[in-house]
Amino acid sequence: MSAPESLTGGREQRMLAIIETARAKPARFRDERITLAHGAGGKATQTLIEGLLVPALGRPGSALAQLGDSGAVLAGGARLAMTTDSFVVKPLRFPGGSIGELAVNGTVNDLAVSGARALALTVSLILEEGLDTEVLRSEVAAIAAAAQTAGVEIVAGDTKVVERGAADGMYICTSGIGAIDPRGTLSSDAIVAGDRVLLSGPIAEHGTAVMLARNLFELDASIESDTCSLWPAVDALLGAAGPALHCMRDATRGGVASVLNELARAAGVSVTVRAADVPVAPSVAAAAELLGIDPMYVANEGRLVAFVAPAAAEQALAALRSVAGCEQAALIGSVGQEPPGMVAVETGFGGRRVMDQLVGDPLPRIC
Amino acid sequence: MRYVDEFRDAQLGQALAAEILAAADPGRPLKLMEICGGHTHSIYKYSLGDLLPASVELVHGPGCPVCVIPMGRVDDGIALARTDGLIFTCFGDMLRVPGSEQTLLDAKAQGADVRMVYSPLDALAIARNNPDREVVFFAIGFETTAPSTALTLRRAKAEGMANFTCMCNHVTIVPPLRALLESPDLRLDGFVGPGHVCTIVGTRLFEFIPADYGRPIVISGFEPLDILQSILMLVRQRQDGRCEVENQYTRVVPRDGNPRALEVMAEVFELRPHFEWRGLGSIPHSALGLSEAYREFDAEQRFDVPGVSVADPKACQCGEVLKGVIKPWECRVFGTACTPEHAIGTCMVSPEGACAAYYNYGRLAAPKQAV
Ligand code: SF4
Repeated sequence: MSAPESLTGGREQRMLAIIETARAKPARFRDERITLAHGAGGKATQTLIEGLLVPALGRPGSALAQLGDSGAVLAGGARLAMTTDSFVVKPLRFPGGSIGELAVNGTVNDLAVSGARALALTVSLILEEGLDTEVLRSEVAAIAAAAQTAGVEIVAGDTKVVERGAADGMYICTSGIGAIDPRGTLSSDAIVAGDRVLLSGPIAEHGTAVMLARNLFELDASIESDTCSLWPAVDALLGAAGPALHCMRDATRGGVASVLNELARAAGVSVTVRAADVPVAPSVAAAAELLGIDPMYVANEGRLVAFVAPAAAEQALAALRSVAGCEQAALIGSVGQEPPGMVAVETGFGGRRVMDQLVGDPLPRIC
Repeated sequence: MRYVDEFRDAQLGQALAAEILAAADPGRPLKLMEICGGHTHSIYKYSLGDLLPASVELVHGPGCPVCVIPMGRVDDGIALARTDGLIFTCFGDMLRVPGSEQTLLDAKAQGADVRMVYSPLDALAIARNNPDREVVFFAIGFETTAPSTALTLRRAKAEGMANFTCMCNHVTIVPPLRALLESPDLRLDGFVGPGHVCTIVGTRLFEFIPADYGRPIVISGFEPLDILQSILMLVRQRQDGRCEVENQYTRVVPRDGNPRALEVMAEVFELRPHFEWRGLGSIPHSALGLSEAYREFDAEQRFDVPGVSVADPKACQCGEVLKGVIKPWECRVFGTACTPEHAIGTCMVSPEGACAAYYNYGRLAAPKQAV
């Protein structure tokens, strides 16, 4: 690693350059079958989207091709954002939330991080034959309650029932439409070297809570999902930073690490994160340690990362911290130029290493 | 968590690094091998290489359980997994290990009932819940995980489970180390020893390394500070002209290991005459099969396992990586044809594999050196 660097450093560096060139090429989708990894939000998902879906469905430069959390549409002069999401979490209920609540917050949050306040949602239910109607009742109530909290109306819905075994209890799909807030002009292209990276709260709580709720591990920890509407946090950021707020994402599947990788790649910048500044609750860190999973890759359902111009960063952070649930928001890193598309971590030991995209799926069906 | 945090404390780390720098002799480079994949992973994850002086070099060793599984065993596992009605269970890491045609994950996508488990007891529970189906557990690992497989089989026997078997791929750490130490081009000056293995087998087992081969070894824990301290202990041995087994991981490792674990292993397993290792070829007495008393739980006895031996792919240099002869990036296909998402070799699959650790964490090495 260190001794022969004068001899091999040049060769090693050339090798690494070749790898980065290969990685920067648009992904080609070559897999023969869909595996769980394609749904994990990491490398395989990216390949599926960039290599199959976007080429087939998106025009170059279209809203879809921008790969945001939602797509912008113009309707009679109004700037709207539209998005859709489906939920297959197992188990249906877990500490801190349930599939119904997730289904509302997930879509509200995809709109929110695009700078849009959710106006209306549609809800589709796919139910498995034999589902206990008490479960259905309580999930519908959870949908209603979450919608009310988020201040969004459910305007249409659909119900399908499939044979026993063709679904696992219930799946929910929600679509949403929101009004883009005029205070912000958000886009991954707006991210530039020098930007600061903000995180809205402690990470990995949702994924860990769901994982523990499966009772696969003899581990007793009271960890609750972080699922919540992110609009109040977005509202505060837009108010404090306005145009200095360059881009946001909610760190769902694949966690903070995956979101940062996506954005670094999309914006052609590098991102450096200081590991010591990333808030992780001790119980979550301990559980992740036992499960052998890095919290940076674990899903959140109520956390966002925001890229803010340096001059506005402190102000944005203060505004974020004043929002209920975001008291532990933190400045976790900054944007640089080289090498483009790469996310690095400064370890507590003063070393630097890569924080790559997730490969494979350690935790299937987390949302 | 406090316990873990304490061993990751950055200031202590910097202090240890300073001590290593002071004790190391710049004129006499020290090439140290960390035997265990868990160490390799930690070293990259915390980029400990950044903290070492140029005269102390770390080389990665053969102790990654997934990395040493040859393609033939994967193919055998896939053939078993395809058996009608059978439930095939294994650790998650195994799912993406390439066989000659495909991975277990591919077989699963094609309909094989392959399930990821976190412990052999999970596999036994699946067998209990599916009494009308055969359940096979694909066991891998060094002496660290062998006792839990053994205990699971003991329990299966006590419960009279008729539908549970194990395809045993447990290996032992000493034979590949001996093979390594015997090789004529050996250029290692010492070893960071496998802490978890030693909690089972004790440190005594490693006394042959200084005695027969004149190389020091320090049994090390897995936190970054453990590893740095072990490196410091090795540097000190050189400084003092000593060559012995030392134990850094005293909070866990006793000299004689864990007698109860050894006892259940002796009951359930017996040494196989030969076992094929990925990249290292066939090594005598290097792996565990099920003993006579547990034959009925041996998947290789109950089912028709092809038992194929498949040569490693031509492009693959995993053997040289496992022996520490080349660095991961020196492999011809590293990072281009062989990546974590489409691996050719095993070292790119397991998080403990040197290639995966370097690819996932270490790709910054060169720009950093250029500074
Ligand atoms: S790059 Fe791939 S083939 Fe080469 S040694 Fe590493 S794992 Fe084996």
